Amino acid sequence: MSAALTLQGVHTHIGRYHILQGVDLDAPAGVTTMLLGRNGAGKTTTLRTIMGLWRASKGRIALGATPLESMAASDVARLGVGYAPETMAVFSDLTVKENLVLGARARPLDDARLAWILGFFPALKKFWLTRAGALSGGQKQMLSIARAIVEPRELLLIDEPTKGLSPAIVGSLIACLNEIKATGVTILMVEQNFRVAREVGDEVRVMDNGRVVHRGRMAELAADSGLQNRLLGLSLDSHQ
Amino acid sequence: MSVLDAGAALPRRRPDILPALTPLAVALVAAPFIGSPSTFVTLTAAGLAMGMMIFTMASGLTLVFGMMDVLNFGHGAFIALGAYAATLVLLPLASWSSADSLPLNLAAFVLAVVVAALVCGVFGWVFERLIVKPVYGQHLKQILATIGGSIIAEQLLYAVFGPAQIPLNVPKTFEGSFVIGQAAIEKYRLVATCVGLLVFAAEMLILNRTRIGLLIRAGVENREMVEALGYRVDRLFVAVFMAGSALAGLGGAMMALYRGQVHATIGGEFLVLCFIVIIIGGLGSVGGSFVASILVALIANYAGFLVPKLALVSNILAMVAVLLWRPRGLYPVSGR
Repeated sequence: MSAALTLQGVHTHIGRYHILQGVDLDAPAGVTTMLLGRNGAGKTTTLRTIMGLWRASKGRIALGATPLESMAASDVARLGVGYAPETMAVFSDLTVKENLVLGARARPLDDARLAWILGFFPALKKFWLTRAGALSGGQKQMLSIARAIVEPRELLLIDEPTKGLSPAIVGSLIACLNEIKATGVTILMVEQNFRVAREVGDEVRVMDNGRVVHRGRMAELAADSGLQNRLLGLSLDSHQ
Repeated sequence: MSVLDAGAALPRRRPDILPALTPLAVALVAAPFIGSPSTFVTLTAAGLAMGMMIFTMASGLTLVFGMMDVLNFGHGAFIALGAYAATLVLLPLASWSSADSLPLNLAAFVLAVVVAALVCGVFGWVFERLIVKPVYGQHLKQILATIGGSIIAEQLLYAVFGPAQIPLNVPKTFEGSFVIGQAAIEKYRLVATCVGLLVFAAEMLILNRTRIGLLIRAGVENREMVEALGYRVDRLFVAVFMAGSALAGLGGAMMALYRGQVHATIGGEFLVLCFIVIIIGGLGSVGGSFVASILVALIANYAGFLVPKLALVSNILAMVAVLLWRPRGLYPVSGR
């Protein structure tokens, strides 16, 4: 399996804090890699560093053969990297439509692709001309993901898409993510919800203290409660 | 295919019209105290004209602050520069300005304000590259750098044009007043009101109906996410700064014509007022600035007539009252 995304010895400082302390990570092409770890392990910082929103102080980041570590976020995005941040970051004063129009940077909204996306997220169709700020948390999350995939992407970075969502919506979101995954896009996703991680992830990387401490198949980690306890301090069985 | 149907009905959002009605409320409160209807009409018309000119100057500042998070104390320099640029156009075109010909008068006026805006836009680009760009994200340095830049600009204006006031006449067609009943309304005030309304309409059209406008509105709220979508925010910043400077220049030119004279201190005089307006309106909000400009100008006019000593502090009192009512301004922008 060739790696779409590679990080080698990446360090990131935020102010005087040394957050990433030599991250070695790969996300194989065409599969979904889950990035797990305790709070404060550096998962969100890793995504933001890949995206160019925080500058790596040391190390190499490459998308295929293209180095990313010195690129601005806009240039990283132009390479086909979509980003759905933890905060969702929808533009509250803009309508659902306007948020998606801005998501389609390179070309006008493609009707067929839009229909495909709105098939996942009917609520967005219903509130097409509503200000995004008026949407519920789940609907904002849908909009954030929809905006990230409104154009075809090489790589999708998704940060905790199920955070704060009700269990009913989480179940639907899993199905949605699996449909997106089936298109063959490479996904690197941070997730705290193990059920989601197990059902969506193919590969898994576990972070601790600013480093990747485990890499392997998601199914293997899901089946090994001892490994879960050692790496994450809890068992997947307790999160069914 | 359809897997996510969290489409529960949203609470209906009522349009927030209360802040927009504040100028009307102020006028209704002031009317009985003023007494004479003709005086009230004259004061109100003058307030609207003044409000539109302040809005033209302040809307550029609110966009620059809202989008770029830049405290541009150099904005006043562009107001002054616009006034001088218009003067440089109008003085050689004095024969057009003073002719008994509406087309010639209009041509001189349009040429003057357009040149003022263009010159300030170009100087805005230079100012952004040399002074503002190195201090992005550093508010204290921004204040120092832009104040320093504005002092240099003001001194350059003194050096080039001298310290004396330069008289400036409005084109002949715009001289005099319309008399409606017993109320006299200066023609130029109507022109200034129309120009301000046109600027407001153009800004709203651009912000709400164009992609660049969407980007500016999105950037005011979350600059980082705009960049993460692939847009080069630095280029957008330059464009917004140039537009903001051009608007300052346009407002400065209009104000100089209104006053009938140009002096380098005009920028400093109106800078404070611009800041008051964008704070009252809600930082980054063009609509808020529009309402706040009218509100501030009407209050200043009514207070100046009723309690002249209060006129000096009326703007500050208005700001305090609005912020006590709405701490983030009349129309706050989400995310700020």
